[in-house]
Amino acid sequence: MQLKTLLLGSAVASIGGMAAAQDMTFVSWGGAYQASQQKAYVEPYLADHPDMSITWDESSAEAVAKLRAMNEAGNITWDLVDVVAADAIRLCDEGLAMEIDFDEMLAEGDDGTSAEDDFGDLLVSDCFIPQIVYSTTAAYRPDLLPEGAPAPESICAMFDTETYPGKRALEQRPINNMEWALLCDGVAKEDIYDVLETEEGQDQAFAKLDTIKDDIIWWSAAAEPPQLLADGEIVMGSSYNGRWFSAIEEQDQPFEMLWDAQVFDLDGWIIPAGLPEERLEPVLDFVRFATDTQRLADQAAYISYGPARQSSAPLVGDHAELGIPMGPHMPTAPENSQNVFVYNYTWWADYRDDLDAKFQAWLAQ
Amino acid sequence: MSDATETSGPMLAADGRPLKASLNRALRRQKLRALMLIAPLLIFILVAFIAPIADMLFRSVENGIVEETLPRTVEAMDEWDADAEPVPGEEVYFALFRDMFVASEKKIHTRLGSRLNYETTGISSIFRQSGREVEDIAEIYEDQFDDLNENWTEEIFWAELMGDPDWFAEASATEDGPGPDFVLKEGMEDRLPLTTEAYLAFAEFTQTEDEDNPASENVWPLVHAMLYHDLTGDAAIDGYTGFGSEELQAAKEAVAEFEAVNYKQAFLDIDEDWGSADVMQTIKVYSPTYTPGYFLTAVDLQLNPEGVEAQPDDQAIYLKLFWRTVWMSLTITVATILLGYPVAFLLANLPMRVSSLLMILVLLPFWTSLLVRTSAWKVLLQQQGVINDVLVWSGLINEAGRLVMINNQLGTIIAMTHILLPFMILPLYSVMATIPPSFVRAAKSLGATNVTAFRRVYFPQSVPGIGAGSILVFILAIGYYITPALVGGTTGIFISNRIAYHISSSLNWGLAAALGTILLAAVLILYWAYDRIVGIDNVKLG
Repeated sequence: MQLKTLLLGSAVASIGGMAAAQDMTFVSWGGAYQASQQKAYVEPYLADHPDMSITWDESSAEAVAKLRAMNEAGNITWDLVDVVAADAIRLCDEGLAMEIDFDEMLAEGDDGTSAEDDFGDLLVSDCFIPQIVYSTTAAYRPDLLPEGAPAPESICAMFDTETYPGKRALEQRPINNMEWALLCDGVAKEDIYDVLETEEGQDQAFAKLDTIKDDIIWWSAAAEPPQLLADGEIVMGSSYNGRWFSAIEEQDQPFEMLWDAQVFDLDGWIIPAGLPEERLEPVLDFVRFATDTQRLADQAAYISYGPARQSSAPLVGDHAELGIPMGPHMPTAPENSQNVFVYNYTWWADYRDDLDAKFQAWLAQ
Repeated sequence: MSDATETSGPMLAADGRPLKASLNRALRRQKLRALMLIAPLLIFILVAFIAPIADMLFRSVENGIVEETLPRTVEAMDEWDADAEPVPGEEVYFALFRDMFVASEKKIHTRLGSRLNYETTGISSIFRQSGREVEDIAEIYEDQFDDLNENWTEEIFWAELMGDPDWFAEASATEDGPGPDFVLKEGMEDRLPLTTEAYLAFAEFTQTEDEDNPASENVWPLVHAMLYHDLTGDAAIDGYTGFGSEELQAAKEAVAEFEAVNYKQAFLDIDEDWGSADVMQTIKVYSPTYTPGYFLTAVDLQLNPEGVEAQPDDQAIYLKLFWRTVWMSLTITVATILLGYPVAFLLANLPMRVSSLLMILVLLPFWTSLLVRTSAWKVLLQQQGVINDVLVWSGLINEAGRLVMINNQLGTIIAMTHILLPFMILPLYSVMATIPPSFVRAAKSLGATNVTAFRRVYFPQSVPGIGAGSILVFILAIGYYITPALVGGTTGIFISNRIAYHISSSLNWGLAAALGTILLAAVLILYWAYDRIVGIDNVKLG
């Protein structure tokens, strides 16, 4: 009996103790990206809030499915989730993410612009707080090109197997590839989604991809293309610009970037819908801190992704370890972004399921 | 005769009850006790395993979301004959307006949009956009009522008009929180049926979802729109003399002059696709609570208003994938038998010291991460990989003729055969270890050659091990998806890759459940066939 009381007492005490020291669970991608978040804003935040603690869950890739399952089970264990914009739109549509009042909940830019203006066009969903702009872009190995071939300057080199023979790596999904195919088949950039909306346009894109189908190695993890290129399996491939940066600058691989027609995409936070007040409050406090002008600029010192706030751009400094200036490696740097493709979120939200089925059928042919 | 039976009667136990019943009772008690012993495990399996699977499989036919989100529209669509007129009339759009308004307040309209988008591309954005704009339609009426008399946009006025006096007294005195549960004023439902319905929805939502007091929250513009329809229609307010009766009378006279909304046109103005037969018929076809739609999609068919038809060729993938999954799994099973049988034989017959070393070699990869082993195969098999390098170096092939062994079916078969090999070797070994070596010796002493002794004496005794290993390997193989995704390229992926995609990416859980159900059924049928042909009693794990 005494033992029981003792156990009960200590259990109650430990529950009490847990409530006093706030613990939040953040979800991110792991790897270099999560490390950049940890260093740029989680550690500074914890230094100011010694009573808080943060647990990482590296589940961003399955965040949409897991959040839905948690919601159905009525037990949401996550406080803040890092997802790409397309997933954020899906989560918002499903009612799984909280709607954000940007001006109310986020800090102003350091130049005094309101949060909504500072993020500008990057606010693609009512639930999504952007952190960084990344891009899916191509890179190649000059030493693997045939002798006398000019260095590729356009994304259409991907479709030119005569000048640049060899395999190329593309992501195994219709997004980006369909746009590039049409672009290289002579469709004007601003017409691409209109064309892609029609059956003929889709056929046209597949026909263009057909011309290199046998030369494509499809990837599903962004770490694959740099590895394939380093092994000499491919002559060029697409991946996230941060992956290429890390291969080129940190691992001294002899790759060259091909920024032409890079596709901008966004990554950011969502707050799960239905968090109780006492959990929501610290999350909002953290988000306000972590997405302010300085913190977003700080993040760029650890990874070559562009800060989502316009006011952060001038503050981007040097790489924290290599000491090289990060500005020129940002997808948003002027010399890199001469020809940029902006991913059309709402269009893909509608057409993703349909085109994915067609894409899979095309792959299987 | 009858006397004899009467006198002998049933045999009795010591306590005077019939012996049979007494025995039965004792047996039943015993069975009950046995059941109680296994109950914790049984309940655990039911709760943690069977129930979630059943729930998941149930999603393959469950389709309540359409009727839950658009109940009035579904009802109105019953009247609509899609064959006669491809696009429904005003009544359906009127119902749709009321449903969409409530759904968008509850923020559930986008969920339905993404559900229907699986069937007809583009519906998701129509719903997303319309949610924002139905409010504007309703505000046309709200503004007109406001111009007529500002009371009509006063929440406290509405609360007193619609609520029971006792409720109103209590609610208007509540400062914080949702206040007492809303009670409707008697007779309101008969006087203003549509308005009452809308106000009830508003009050319920405000109290349960927002946890606010309806007496202090802005009334939905939907209520104004419904009031307009009540007053222009058959509102029975003449006998009403309670609170707000003057305003109601005045409004009734004024509404004739109001600008009215044509709902169909209003929806078409939001998005012209609301007038597309495709969109409206998709809603109708998918309005029942249960749908065969997911299963049809899973076998490359589709559900149309006209009935079931084949999916166009450029979208038909699932049957192909099912077939590929089955034949490749069979190939992998056969390959593991061919490779595993000699290894298991050696394990069972070599001296203890050597065989335990061999056993470690079998188990070591078993304990290594699946991803590591798969990646190792990439290093070996790729075109600039170890095997190709060795072949080029030895001069067997030239630089241009490097073999393609990965990112295709061959890659999947090689990697999966390696990964699943221990699942074949272990049951084979445990069966072979029990075959007494004296049997083969006896056969040989009776004049059998080595081949005959193996074929007629040893092999038949090892068949149960092959059976167990095959079932294990085949069932594991059929559900694999990580390895095929990494080394399968485009031609070597399995149906499980699509299931994983629909679970984690497209969120089409209904289709994933249908595909999973079919896969489960296929395994059960194969298991049954195996039982009929080989006999499940012949399977031994040791």
